[in-house]
Amino acid sequence: MSETYVTKTAAFDVRFPNANQTKNCWQNYVDYHRCHKIKGESYEPCEYFKRVYRSMCPNEWIGKWDEQIESGTFAGKI
Amino acid sequence: MAHWGQLMFQDAASPIMIQLVALHDHALTIMIMVVSLVLYMLYSILTNKFTCRTLLEAQEIETIWTVLPATILVVLALPSLRLLYLMDEISQPTLTVKTIGHQWYWSYEYSDFLNLEFDSYMLPTEELQDGEFRLLEVDHRMVIPMQTEVRLLVTAADVIHSWCVPSLGIKLDGIPGRLNQTTLSINRPGIFYGQCSEMCGANHSFMPIALEVIDHPSFTQWVMTFSE
Repeated sequence: MSETYVTKTAAFDVRFPNANQTKNCWQNYVDYHRCHKIKGESYEPCEYFKRVYRSMCPNEWIGKWDEQIESGTFAGKI
Repeated sequence: MAHWGQLMFQDAASPIMIQLVALHDHALTIMIMVVSLVLYMLYSILTNKFTCRTLLEAQEIETIWTVLPATILVVLALPSLRLLYLMDEISQPTLTVKTIGHQWYWSYEYSDFLNLEFDSYMLPTEELQDGEFRLLEVDHRMVIPMQTEVRLLVTAADVIHSWCVPSLGIKLDGIPGRLNQTTLSINRPGIFYGQCSEMCGANHSFMPIALEVIDHPSFTQWVMTFSE
């Protein structure tokens, strides 16, 4: 087996100190797409946001939002 | 886990549960002292032969029975508040596990490295192996490493559920459209059981939680089995 996995996850974010992490997931999802829009599709540092939202958001939410972005009905400002 | 005729808590497996048990004992000690005092006073008032028709002021006893209960309430409230806020605390998690309540099963997502995702259904009685527990065992247990800070995110896909494991001192509601966070930090390896704790429909009683806690190398091995 050549693949290696690092046990590392989204760090504590001071903007979201409470039990409710809904906005944490949402903000990182929006930031990822906003980052790519501003810096271009190949800008590597944007991947940080993706790692965070992939750790925080349920897959079902990500799938739903991806579909909404495709069809142009996403509620966030990207 | 719980056993027949159990009166007190299950054995604590996390630092939070150890403290919860200590808080319970602390509160119960104070309660027993208060009840004993009240019973003794009732008894002594009812059984003595003194009468006092002309009692006007009793500043001393008034002060005592005002200040003493106030002090007792503070002594109860402060450790309770401390623990309440301690349970919300998260410092440096190394793993995030998302658990999603469905009607009527739990599903788990580990998406820090591989995008692991699986459903955890209760095992029907006729499929149980020796040593497995009826109404508690599941087909795929949630697996996490011991002595590691794990972020647990709880949500639900349909109605409100509640993810609860008594020996870890955790009960967290899974609410559709909301992500609730807590920390799992488990002292020792073992299998810990819990049940859905929010009425969620017909099979509410049949969506248990089984948590398998293992050491880190074994956890890595478990993760690797999914990459093949």
